Formats: sequence, C-alpha cells, structure tokens
Amino acid sequence: MINFSQINLVWLPVLPLVVIATAAMVVLLVGVRVDDEESDGLGWLALASIVIALVLALGIFGQSGIAFAGAIAIDSFSAFFELSILIAAALTVLMSLDYADEHRLPGAEYYSLLLFSVLGMMLMATASDLIVIFIGLETMSLAVYVLAGLLRRDPRSSEAAIKYFLLGAFSTGFLLYGIALIYGATGTIKLVAIHAALTGPLLSNPLLLLGLGLMLIGFGFKVAAVPFHMWTPDVYEGAPTPITAFMAVGVKIAAFAGFLRVFMVQLGPASAAWTDVMWAISALTMTVGNMLAIVQSNIKRMLAYSAIAHAGYILVALTAGGPQAGGAILYYLLGYAFTNLGAFAVVVALERRGAAGDQIADYRGLATRQPLMAAAMAIFLLSLLGIPPLVGFVGKFYLFNAAVHRGFVGLVVIGVLNSAASAYYYLSVVVAMYMQEGGFLEETRRSRPALVAAIAIALIGTVLIGIYPEPYFTAAGNAYQSAMSPEEVHAATAMAP
Amino acid sequence: MTTWFPVVVTLIVAGLVVGVMCTINMLLGPKRPSEIKGEAFECGNPPSGSAWGRFSVRFYLTAILFLVFDVEVIFLYPWAVEIRRLGMFGFVEALIFIVILAVGLIYAWQRGALDWD
Amino acid sequence: MTVEFPALTLILIFPALGVLYNLFLGYRTGRGAVSFVGPAVMFVAFAVASWAFYEIMVMPPGSVLTYSVWGWIEAGNFHTSIGLRIDALSAVMTMIVTGVGALIHLYSVGYMAHDEDFARYFTYLNLFALSMLILVLADNLLLMFVGWEGVGLCSYLLIAFWYTNPQFAYNGRKAFIVNRIGDAGFLLGMFTLIWALSQHGAWSLDFLTLKARASDIASTTLVGTTAATVAALLLFLGATGKSAQIPLYVWLPDAMVGPTPVSALIHAATMVTAGVYMIARLNFLFVLAPAALMVVATIGAVTAFFAATIALVQPDIKKVLAYSTISQLGYMFLGVGSASFAAGIFHVMTHAFFKGLLFLCAGSVIHALEGEQDMNKMGALRTKLPITFWTMLIATLAISAVPPFSGYFSKDLILEAAYESGHTALWILGVITAGLTSFYMFRLIFMTFFGESRVDHEKEHHIHESPPSMAIPLIALAVLSSVGGWVGLPEGLAWGDAFARFLAPVVGDFKPLVVGNPAMLSLVATSLGGIGIIVAYLFYIRLPGLPVILAWRLKGAHQLLLNKWYIDELYNFFVTRPLFWFSNTILNRGVDHYAIDGAVNGAGLTVETTGEAVRRVESGNVQHYAFVYLLGVLGVVAYYIYLVIH
Repeated sequence: MINFSQINLVWLPVLPLVVIATAAMVVLLVGVRVDDEESDGLGWLALASIVIALVLALGIFGQSGIAFAGAIAIDSFSAFFELSILIAAALTVLMSLDYADEHRLPGAEYYSLLLFSVLGMMLMATASDLIVIFIGLETMSLAVYVLAGLLRRDPRSSEAAIKYFLLGAFSTGFLLYGIALIYGATGTIKLVAIHAALTGPLLSNPLLLLGLGLMLIGFGFKVAAVPFHMWTPDVYEGAPTPITAFMAVGVKIAAFAGFLRVFMVQLGPASAAWTDVMWAISALTMTVGNMLAIVQSNIKRMLAYSAIAHAGYILVALTAGGPQAGGAILYYLLGYAFTNLGAFAVVVALERRGAAGDQIADYRGLATRQPLMAAAMAIFLLSLLGIPPLVGFVGKFYLFNAAVHRGFVGLVVIGVLNSAASAYYYLSVVVAMYMQEGGFLEETRRSRPALVAAIAIALIGTVLIGIYPEPYFTAAGNAYQSAMSPEEVHAATAMAP
Repeated sequence: MTTWFPVVVTLIVAGLVVGVMCTINMLLGPKRPSEIKGEAFECGNPPSGSAWGRFSVRFYLTAILFLVFDVEVIFLYPWAVEIRRLGMFGFVEALIFIVILAVGLIYAWQRGALDWD
Repeated sequence: MTVEFPALTLILIFPALGVLYNLFLGYRTGRGAVSFVGPAVMFVAFAVASWAFYEIMVMPPGSVLTYSVWGWIEAGNFHTSIGLRIDALSAVMTMIVTGVGALIHLYSVGYMAHDEDFARYFTYLNLFALSMLILVLADNLLLMFVGWEGVGLCSYLLIAFWYTNPQFAYNGRKAFIVNRIGDAGFLLGMFTLIWALSQHGAWSLDFLTLKARASDIASTTLVGTTAATVAALLLFLGATGKSAQIPLYVWLPDAMVGPTPVSALIHAATMVTAGVYMIARLNFLFVLAPAALMVVATIGAVTAFFAATIALVQPDIKKVLAYSTISQLGYMFLGVGSASFAAGIFHVMTHAFFKGLLFLCAGSVIHALEGEQDMNKMGALRTKLPITFWTMLIATLAISAVPPFSGYFSKDLILEAAYESGHTALWILGVITAGLTSFYMFRLIFMTFFGESRVDHEKEHHIHESPPSMAIPLIALAVLSSVGGWVGLPEGLAWGDAFARFLAPVVGDFKPLVVGNPAMLSLVATSLGGIGIIVAYLFYIRLPGLPVILAWRLKGAHQLLLNKWYIDELYNFFVTRPLFWFSNTILNRGVDHYAIDGAVNGAGLTVETTGEAVRRVESGNVQHYAFVYLLGVLGVVAYYIYLVIH
C-alpha cells in the first residue's frame, strides 16, 4: 500500500475550492432544467456558494504549510488572493442577475462557467507547483473564453471569444514551453524545490533563462501587458459587460497571483535575469495603455486600455521586487477590484441591449438625470485616476513607494507621468456626465437592487480602503511574507533598516 | 558557449543550404504554368466543391463527447492495473473523477447533444 | 511648546458638515436653508480658527498645536498619519482661508441668488474650503497632497459650474489637466524625498522629520546634484501648476469663466497661493537648495512682469484681474525665492484681501450690468455703484502699493528682499512691474467708473447697487485692504515688522546678502507706481484718444499683448497637437490599426451572422495581433540569448 500520509491530504484549507467546484456542477445540472428567463435562482445559488467559500477562505489566514504532495500551498498569500477573487466574483454575480435576464443569457452555462473560472483562479492562487498553476490557468481561461462569447446574437461577442481563444491558446503554448524548460533546468516543477535549485551562475544557464522568459510571456498575456495586450480591447468590448468586468479584475488578480508566486517569491533569487525585461514591459504597458485610452470613444474599450495601464503600474512594483512591493501589489489588486468592478457595474446599469449606450458620448448629461449614478461613476474614475484619498491613490502610492525604495526611480517617473496623463481620458467621462448635455442614458427600467447593491459595495470599498488602508495593507504585507521561505523573510527584514 | 557552437553552425548551414537550393531552382528551373498544373491535388480525384464546405455541427459534438470518454479510459486503465495498491483512497478518487465526467454527460444529454435531430 | 489641541478637527468638521448637508439635503430644504448653512459653517470654522490663533499668540514663540487623527499609510517602515498642525505659518493661512472664505461665501448668497443650482454651488464651495484647510493644516507632505488634489478638483468643478457652455467645460478640463502636470512634479518631488530619507534611515514625510533631516537630504547626491535641489525643483513644478506660474499658468485666465466669487476665493485669495505656502512650509529644504531658490525667484519675477504686460491691454475686466493675479503671485515667488518667506506669506495675506475685494467688486459691476464683462461697454459707474466704486478704489490703491494701504508694505518687503539677496536684475524687473501694475489697475478703474457711459441702452436703467449680503463683504475686505498691512511696518517704525517676527520661528529670519537702503528702494518702487497712475490718468481721462493711436502705431506689440504672446497657440502647436498626433496616428493607426477598425466594423455588423465575424477574424485581425505578440516574444528571447552569450 502507498502511504498516503506523505501526500498530506488536508481538506479544510481546500474546502473553498471544493465548495465552488461542487456548486458549479450543481448549478449546471439544475440549470439545464430552468428556463433562461428564470435564471435568477441560479445566480443566487452561485452567490451563496461564493459567500460560503469566502467565509471558509477567511479561516486559511495565518496557516502555513504545503499539502497534496507539494501541489497546494496553504498560506495567507493564498487566502488573500482567494478573498480578492471571491469578492470580485460575488460582485460580478450581483451585477449579472438582471443582465443575464435581459440579454437572455443561458443561466446554467453562465453561472456554472463563472464558478468554474473562479475555481481555476483560486487554484492558481493556491498552487505551489507549476503544473497546478497551469491547470488553474487553463480552467480559468477555457471558462472565460466561452463566457466571452455567450451573447450569441451579437457578432462582437463571438468575435471576442474567438480572438481571445486563439491568442490565449497561442500564449498557453509559450507558458507550457516555459514550464518545460524550467523543469529541464532545475529538474523539478515544485516551486519550493525550484527556489532551492536556484544557486550558482544562473545567468549562464540558457534553459533556465529561456524558460523564465517564456513564462513571463505567458503571464504577460493574461495580465494584458504590452506587447501581449492586443486582444484586450476587442475582447473587453465584445464580451458581456459583467464578464468584461470579471476579466478585467478576476483574471488579472489570478494571473498576478501566479505571476507573483512564481516570479517574485520562487524565482526571486534569479531576479537579475528578469528585472530588465520586466522593466521594459512595465514601461511599455503603462505608456501604450494610457496613450491609446486617450483616443477611445467607447467606454468599454477605454476601460480596457485603462486596465492595461493599471497592469503596467502593478508591474512597476513587480519589477522592483521585495516584500514591500509584494504587499503593495496585493493591496492594489484588492482596491482595484472594488474600483474597477464598480465602474463596470455602472456601465452595466446604463447600457441597453444591442450594446447601445457604451459610447462615452452617451454619458452626456447623466449627472442631471441620475445624480447618484453619475456621482458613483465619478468616484470610481477618480480613484482609477489616483486622486487622494481614494484607494486608487493610496495603492499607487504604495506601488511607487516600494519601487523608489528599491531604486527604480526611472520607472517611477514614467509611472507618475503616465498617471498624470491618464487624467485626460478618465475626465472625459466625468466631463460628459457633468458638463455636457444630450446623452440619453437613463435607468428607466425597474429598480434593480442587486446591481445597486454591487455599486454600493464597490463604492464603500473604494472609499473605505483608501481612507483607512492600514489594516488591509498590513494584511497584504503579511500575506505576501507568508509565501516566502523563512530564510527569505529573515533576509528581507535584515535588509531594511 | 562552446557546447552551443555546433548548434549554431548547424543552423547556419541549414539556412544556407535551403536558401541556395531555392535560389538555384528559381533561376534555372523552366516555368510553363498551365491550368491543370494549377489545380488542387486531391489524391488523384478531380477536385469538387470548395475546401470550405460545411459539415453538420453535430459531428463536432459527437467527436467532443468521444474525446471525453477516450481520455477517461486512458486515465482509468492505469488505475485499474494498480487498483489493489491504491486501495480505498484510489477507489474514491476514481469515483469522483467518473462522477465529474458523468455530470458533463448528463448536462450534454439534457441539453440535447445526443439527439441527432 | 507643543500642545495637543483636538478642536483643530472642528475646523475641518464644519465645512465637511456643510458639504454633506448641501449635497444630500440642500435640494430638499431649499434656498433659504442653504444660504444659511453654506456661510454659517465657514463662520464657525473661522471662530475656531481664531481661537487656535489666539492660543498661538499667547503661547511662547514657536509653539505648535497638533492633533493626530489616525495613522493613515503604513508601508514597511514608512509611516504617515492624518495629523493636523497649527503653527504661526498655518495659523495665518487658516485665518485667511476661513476669514476671506466666510466673507466670500456670504457674498455668494447674493451673487448666486438667481442661479438654479444653488445647493450644488455651495456643495462645491464648502468642499473647496475643506480641501484647502486640509492642505493648510496638514502636518505632512502626503496629507498636504490630499488637500492639494482636492482644491484642484473643486476648482475644476467650479470653473465648469456653468457647464451648459461647452467652452466653460473645456476650460475646466484644461485647468485640471495642466494642474495634473504640476501634480506629477509634486508627486515625484515627494518620492525623491522619500528616497533620499530612506538612504538615511528616516521613513516619514512629516514636516518635523523633513526639517530635522533636511541636511541629510541636501547631502544625498542625485543626478549630479543634491536630492534637495531635485526635490525642490520638482515640488516647485507642482507649485507653478497650482499657483499659475510660467510655464503652467495658462489655465488661470481661462478659469475666469467660473462664477466671480469663485474667481475671488479660489483663483485669487486662497488656492493659487498654495504653491507659495508649500514653499514657505518647506523653507528649510529650499534654503539648502540655492539653485532651486534661484529658479523660484527668477520664474517669479519673470512671471510677474510677463503677466503684467498682458494685463495692460485686455478689455475683459476679469481677464485683467486674472493676469494681475498671476503677476502678483509672481511677486510672492520672488519673495520666497529670495529666501524671505515671511515677505511671500505677507503678500499672500494682503493679496487675499485686496485681490479678493477686486474680484468681488468686479463681480458687483458684472452683476449690476447683467453679465457684461467688457470694459469697453462700461464707464461712468462711479455714481451708480458708489459702494463698489469706493471699495474698488481702495483695493486698487492697495495693489498699486500706494502707502499706507496694505499692498505697499508687503510688496515693499518683497522688493527689498529681492535686492538684498543680490538679485538686482530681478529687483529691476519687479520695480518695472510695479509701474505696470498701477497703470493697468487704474486703467481698469478709469474705464469702468469714469468717463462717458458706454453701457448698452437696455441695461442702462437696470443698474443697481448690490444687496447687503454682497455689500458687507466688500466693506469688510476694504477695511482689511486699508489697514491689513500695518502688521508689518518697516523696521523701527512703531511695532516694526511684527508679522515677520511672528513667522520667524517657522520660516526663519531673512538674512540679507547685500545691504540696501530700504527707504531708497521703497522710494524708487513707489514713484514708479505713481508714474503708472499718472500715465493711466493721461491715457484714459485726459487724452482718451491716445491709447487708440498708440495701439495703431504699435500694432505689432499691441496685438502680441492682446493675444497673450500667443502662448496658448504655441502650446497647442508644440505640445497638444503632437501628442494627439502621436497617440492617434502612430499608436492608434499604426500599432493598433486593426483594434480600432475592428471596433468600427463591428458596430456596423448588427444583422450579419456570427459567420461574418469569424470570417473577419480570419481575414487578418488575429494574425496581426499574433504578429505583434510574436515580436514581443522575439524581443524577450533575443534578450535572453544576448544574456547567455555575454
């Protein structure tokens, strides 16, 4: 008999995953029996499972260990990312309920795929070997490819799905190849073992370097870093808006979870091998994202480019490395989840079937017709722009602060200038809402408490986490540290005076 | 660096050979195009219809379902061989695996993927 | 002596309550309640500020009132709290902001009486006051930045308050974006300080820490100079944005489209002085960066002169005042740039009185003429608007630095400081500007209140003096403009320069490098001011034809000034258009060509089936994307091959 105690099956920490997986299947089976017009129940079921998983994930904080024969890491890092992902998922479900009805989306597929993608994301966050990260990434991606194309009557939606799928498959190849090369270089796929194997003259090991580079490309695609970003605007524009929101937030968080754990935590010792590349990608991503956002007239495309730019800001801290940067990224992603989902929720609230109402010009005069909706949108956009004391500013400050401390002054200069330039396009929406007249958007339909709740929660998050960031940032910092090996923590604390 | 030198040499030689041969062919070869030569080659049969002809999407569904069970069998073979050593744990794991696949099958069935009409 | 003083929070809480009330209840409770609550919260804040000011006065020099609300940003060792601090410097500023602010709130009640969006106006105005007070009371640079951004936002909202005019909305956005450029400088300056401090194991942006570690910052080298110089220059870039100095002044004249009380409060009395305040606050840093200080003084003097020349010929009454504000702000920077921080702040104070008053008077004129701003359509209003005339005359005497009005003392102190710190050229520029100032200000007075009436006929008989809520602030500010300068008399006269002595514990004493004769310096500046007045009198009262002839004879120069040296056009040509061209042509058409086309085509495809989309995907888009992707891959791989080889 095999001794299974070696494999270390600890079920409690993976319960959130189990709950989500089970719920996904239940929703699928129940859902096929339910009419598309009555899919609300499925949505609530999904929401309930997400909330349960959220509560269970809270229990993981403070634990540490590696389970399932080294496949799963149980630490605050996983917990923090799981929480962020689940919050994003919950808000997505809330803003989907009416949207799914109105656009006659197939409820069973919609909610079960959403849950499956959440499952993949959580798996990425908890994975501690490269294969599990890959499985998580694929589970997430395949589900999202389909979700992007669920508006079957809208050609743009199909276009989005196909483009995303083709390019996604393309980039998956690079990621997998990278994993293979890393395995070739180190003889293991376990992150901890890779970390331990990173000794000696790393920069002359071609297998390792190429593997690193290819994995960087694979993750770069998922976080929409330039030049691997080309799919983003088309896909964001075509996909159902709640799914766009989920892609812009959930997928990004999960991809950064993988990115962070692989690069900053486990490949940290080899940082000399990727810092320069990351530097260039980060600078490019910020600049191109912002420059192109300026000329967009469609709000979903504008937010897509804005999402690219924000990935660039996060990459600034990733380039810098170090525990402070890690905490800053975790905090930023949490705040970004609230802010960006809030902005998309407003878009969802205002758009009409057949994609009418997603032009920035349609927002003209919104402030006089719907002052509260306009005010919420303005706050989300100002937070994205980085106006204190909203969370966007505090997060950006943490990111840049961390980079400054590691001496990446040039990158911070680029980042700050970009952030200043971004005022132009975020403000064009604010200007349209407050200072122009003529748009037609109005929420004339029945009041939709779920959607309003989503906006309200996002608003509270955006303001509260900004004004009182300390507990969240502390939690984020601890979470990041929990993913590092003890000797690294020691080294990091010894380094900072 | 030295270990990689032969590879580089090979690459260069390969590139040269291909390039030179293509160029020679282009320069020396006679060119007499005709309609028959321009036709698509389909195993000697006269070509008919467009290459973009349509198939019923149901073939695709069937193929996908086949693939799922194909993979299931591949996975279950080694499990069946080692079932005694894997014991109760292995049995439960395999059950979960089959249940998950079954959920997919039930879904496909309920959605009507198995009805040809 | 440092005293915990929790009441400081009240100075912020009351305007905040005003914001909340006007935002959520204002629409329901109506105009009367709003016109009580809006100004009332400011008067209460003023009362609390006066209490704090009194405390500072009775305590020994150098005393500080502090209150820490909560720890705000903790990042590793880095620590910043939301903490408030009143010392001599911020006490003066708080008094100005709440005092002048309260008066202008009161004035607004009358001025905006006919506006539909009464509650929205007071929401913004209260929010502005709140942000400005955060800026002033902050005990660290980061919290100051919160206020800094907040005032920018409110300024933007208020410029575009009458947004139905698209030009106004455009101006609002221009103000905000120009300010963002400055803010980027501020942020980078802040990061420079963080970096420099971290090199020495200090992890805070508290003014106390900064002051204690200033020498460390100055001893850290960065890009060939010291971190102090770099940080000071970057922060000054921020100041040029907020305080409308060259090269970022372009937004302020456009900001005049907002309601006139807004121009008075934000774009004259308070917000635009934030840059001066910031430099005075960080005096210990700037003193250690002489190069940066030199830049500040030069930019200040040049801006003062440059803006004054434009003001000479503008026909719009508010435009004249706008350029005059830029010019006066230039004086303030000349003052702080000459390391006489007290002189700069002194001018901030007197300027708040007389420029606030000038704008309110201009508002009163505009109000009486139902929105007319062109001085060519005014004239002979002296008897019809007596209160406005007399108060505006006092303000004009003050800004023209006629003794003993307030502007005389502060401007004199600045020019003396400029001379005594060895900036002779800048001093000459400042003195010439003094002459220009009194010319264009008296031109304004003569064109508006004297001569023939050129008012449109249908407006002629509507002319009326303003209601009491507008008149009271005018009179109060007129009194302050007259006597407000007496707190800083020349040395040796009565109580002497009490103002500078009061500020000295915070901003230090002015140490002259060159010995000048204060009486002589003052005489030169004052007589040039007098010449300006006489010339204006000749031009606009005695020989009204002369300006026309001159404008015709010196057509080129006149056009140049009238068109503001074509700076807007230059910016448009050299900055804005290339940027858009780059974004649109290079990035959009070149790199992301298909991304945009895809969107346009997609929008047209409403009836086609999905097959259509699929075909389009295969006809080039995705290949194109994959190609760019592949280029990226090749770039990365090439880099690693390069790494391996080397």
